Amino acid sequence: MRAAIAGDQAAYRRLLSELSQALRGVVRRGFAGVGVPASEVEDVVQDVLLAIHLKRHTWDQTLPLGPWVIAIARNKMIDDLRRRGRRPEVPVDLSEFDFEGEDQQASIDAHDVERILGRLTDKNRDIVQSISIDGQSARDVAERLGMSEVAVRVALHRSLKALADTYQEKKL
Amino acid sequence: MKTDDLINAIAADAKSVEPPIAQTVAMAVGVGALISALIFLWTIGIRDNFAESMATSLRFVFKFVLTLSLAIPAYVLVRGLSRPDFQPGKKLWLLALAPALLLIGIALELLSVPPDEWHARMIGHNSVACLILIPLLSLAPLAAVLYALRCGAPANPAIAGAVGGLLSAGIGATLYASHCLDDSPLFLAAWYTIGIVVMTGLGALIGSRILRW
Repeated sequence: MRAAIAGDQAAYRRLLSELSQALRGVVRRGFAGVGVPASEVEDVVQDVLLAIHLKRHTWDQTLPLGPWVIAIARNKMIDDLRRRGRRPEVPVDLSEFDFEGEDQQASIDAHDVERILGRLTDKNRDIVQSISIDGQSARDVAERLGMSEVAVRVALHRSLKALADTYQEKKL
Repeated sequence: MKTDDLINAIAADAKSVEPPIAQTVAMAVGVGALISALIFLWTIGIRDNFAESMATSLRFVFKFVLTLSLAIPAYVLVRGLSRPDFQPGKKLWLLALAPALLLIGIALELLSVPPDEWHARMIGHNSVACLILIPLLSLAPLAAVLYALRCGAPANPAIAGAVGGLLSAGIGATLYASHCLDDSPLFLAAWYTIGIVVMTGLGALIGSRILRW
């Protein structure tokens, strides 16, 4: 995380990847017995990853990273449960989720991202999709769109913030 | 979106990191206090015999000991509360410092002043000004502290906002104390506390609305 805060992109990706795996377990265990469908675990994991990213300057580098990550995960899980308390979406048939395959998971996720990306401007949506799904670098995208690399990075940052805000609004 | 895709996007945004939150809190509190101090000096200003009182009146000095015993612990706590993993624990006792000092001050005042003067000392010269000006002088610091907390990630928005309100009131009260002609701890207990409680409540109210993340 120190390297990531210093701007090391490769180290950051490795860290996020490891964290996402750990978080999946944490969220699943945290939600066990509360009746949260498996499809929502991934939503919360993504919400936590975004919060970790946008709030990483609140980690005190003299303290261990683990408790800070857990604190953020706990906050987001409570948010999610509160949201469900207001709009309960308990699945009618729980057994249905036992057979849920990878593809079904993907389609649920895709629906979420369509809704969220739909709020961005065309250009910002293009930038986010090129970098995330197509795996292009900010420089490639900048060249293709005739923008400066800095402008692409700013647009990406704003889009990530908008993404996090959308998660936030779901509870209203 | 697949989580791995999201990670690609986040990692590409690695360079967007903000300054450490403790630094943001320190800057915001400094700027908020400075704005309030300048407004204070340009409008009502310090009282005429400030230097003389500082040297000769224990009661006058006590006012600042009291307001700073509120502001400094509140600052330490706000800095912590801006982080999601902060456990206040024993640090909450820091907030008991100001009430404890106030009780000691009241006791000493009651022992050193004859009972027939108690009432007059508590009512003071200008309680209305005190009630209005302490919250007014706290507004700029409150805005600054709430801004800093918004940059942070407080685990409990209402509590973070309340302690932020307390800090802003500590700053406002420190400024007002250098203008106010009433130095008795009885006056502080009766009137300063009202403004401080109002700002704490306001901080909690606004905090619970704007400090979610």
